[in-house]
Amino acid sequence: MIACIADNIISPMGLTTEENFSSVSNGMSMLRIHEDTFGLPEAFCASMLDRKLISDLFADHALSDNGYSLFEKLCILSATDAISSCALQAESEDVIFVISTTKGNVDMLGTDADYPGCRLAVSAEKIAGYFGNTNTPVVTSNACVSGVCAQIAAIRLLLGGKYRYAVVIGCDVLSRFIISGFQSFKALSPEPCRPFDIDRTGLNLGEAAGTMILENIGRTEFPGNGCLWEFAACSNHNDANHISGPSRTGEGAFRVLKDILGKTDRDDIAFVNLHGTATPYNDEMESIALHRAGLEDLPANGFKGYYGHTLGAAGIIETILSMKAIEAGIIPATKGYGAKGTSYSISASASSRVTDKNTFIKILSGFGGSNAGIAYRRRDVPLCATFRKGGEA
Amino acid sequence: MNTVSHVIITPEETLLDGKCIFRGSITGLYREFAGDYPKFFKMDSLCRLGFMAAELLLKNIPAPIRENAAIVLFNRNGSLITDRNYQKTISDDNYFPSPALFVYTLANIVTGEIAIRNKIYGESSFYILDEYNAAQIEDISASVFITSSPSLLLTGWVDYNDETDYLADMKLVTDKETDLR
Repeated sequence: MIACIADNIISPMGLTTEENFSSVSNGMSMLRIHEDTFGLPEAFCASMLDRKLISDLFADHALSDNGYSLFEKLCILSATDAISSCALQAESEDVIFVISTTKGNVDMLGTDADYPGCRLAVSAEKIAGYFGNTNTPVVTSNACVSGVCAQIAAIRLLLGGKYRYAVVIGCDVLSRFIISGFQSFKALSPEPCRPFDIDRTGLNLGEAAGTMILENIGRTEFPGNGCLWEFAACSNHNDANHISGPSRTGEGAFRVLKDILGKTDRDDIAFVNLHGTATPYNDEMESIALHRAGLEDLPANGFKGYYGHTLGAAGIIETILSMKAIEAGIIPATKGYGAKGTSYSISASASSRVTDKNTFIKILSGFGGSNAGIAYRRRDVPLCATFRKGGEA
Repeated sequence: MNTVSHVIITPEETLLDGKCIFRGSITGLYREFAGDYPKFFKMDSLCRLGFMAAELLLKNIPAPIRENAAIVLFNRNGSLITDRNYQKTISDDNYFPSPALFVYTLANIVTGEIAIRNKIYGESSFYILDEYNAAQIEDISASVFITSSPSLLLTGWVDYNDETDYLADMKLVTDKETDLR
């Protein structure tokens, strides 16, 4: 059994998973209009981290500062919290780091076209190296679906038996590079986004880092609050249609949902956490995929109205938030949603709903025609008082 | 894993299953072995390289088998060449960001280009490694079969630095011996 045993989210909404989930439960959002940021000619609406706060936090908590970039500091801070909360010995040989990012340190290209850390693997080695881990880290770079792909890659490596733990980190930071690109696509909404809504006009970008620690569990006793998140199913399909536009038939997302439904108990699914970027095409595509999979009536939701699209972090933080929601017995509200705005129904709601079910599906779609999804199931497990992880049990 | 076919493309030569079949540029290779896909000229160099490797590997594979193939590729430079080109278009004195260029600042676009051309609806994944590492590529490729059952796996290295420094070393593999006719 593969299970998620610890997690963290760092975002403008909080520095821990608990703070973030509490902010979401309170309907908070840090999507703001930013003018004159990154010297861009056009304003944009995004959820941005306080760079000084991150820098100060890192100076306070870090064991060393080996010239880490903002991206690397965020990955390290997020992983540090998750690792310490489960007492994992991250330097152990049976721990592998898997990093999800779309662009990593691309912001550095603005000042140094030859900055070595612009190679994602160089940056990943620095992050794993900070924790004393010497296994070559794995970097997944699959545009917007990277966060789910990283979990799938980690789960496969754990099932393959070579490693027992995976530290899966997702992070992206915004920059002139990324914002200008999305602006050139005319994909951005000038105001807070409205997923699935009739008046949606586009997406917002956001910054975050998230960490999940996955374990191939052979033990029978567990730490924590008496519940465990067990991996249930995963899938990845290409639309084979267009490199930057979602499929008009939702082909890849439909195939992902179909695969996952074949391996999960439909009656135990609390909700599908959708990509829900609030671009006209993405949300329409997801409605078609849900319809084709027979899931129009299944509760669905999206987190982009709180966080914006956090790129390589999205798959990680949205998975963690979905877990916390089920632990709290709720289906979170879709912030920004008001009235149906897709050809087929999406069972989203502007307010939160209750649930007593234990499984959720997280799906993502992105540039390159990629679609990926993953499902986890909550299991009640016996508690144990003391534990150690990594190396000796 | 069982290797069906293997291609190596370098600036010097193109080898298919160990035999040299072409010497020349990637565009020359396209004109010789494809030639019917104008979208090729819109692609960045990384995509052109991966696209041509896939053309050579998949040409004899029937469509129904291709449909359920998986594409899992690796490299070192990501999309860094195109990233640098895009960066030049957003300087203060010369600001003209273009979506047609920005989309290629994602390394996984090459998997999408291959999927579109060959109508492949299976998995598409891209990994960045610090260096060419055959053992790690083999580990990650083999692990695809743990959670999925693709008909075929198109896997390997596709890295583009400049016109004198690029390498596609890609293979078509199956989980076990399979009849692909």
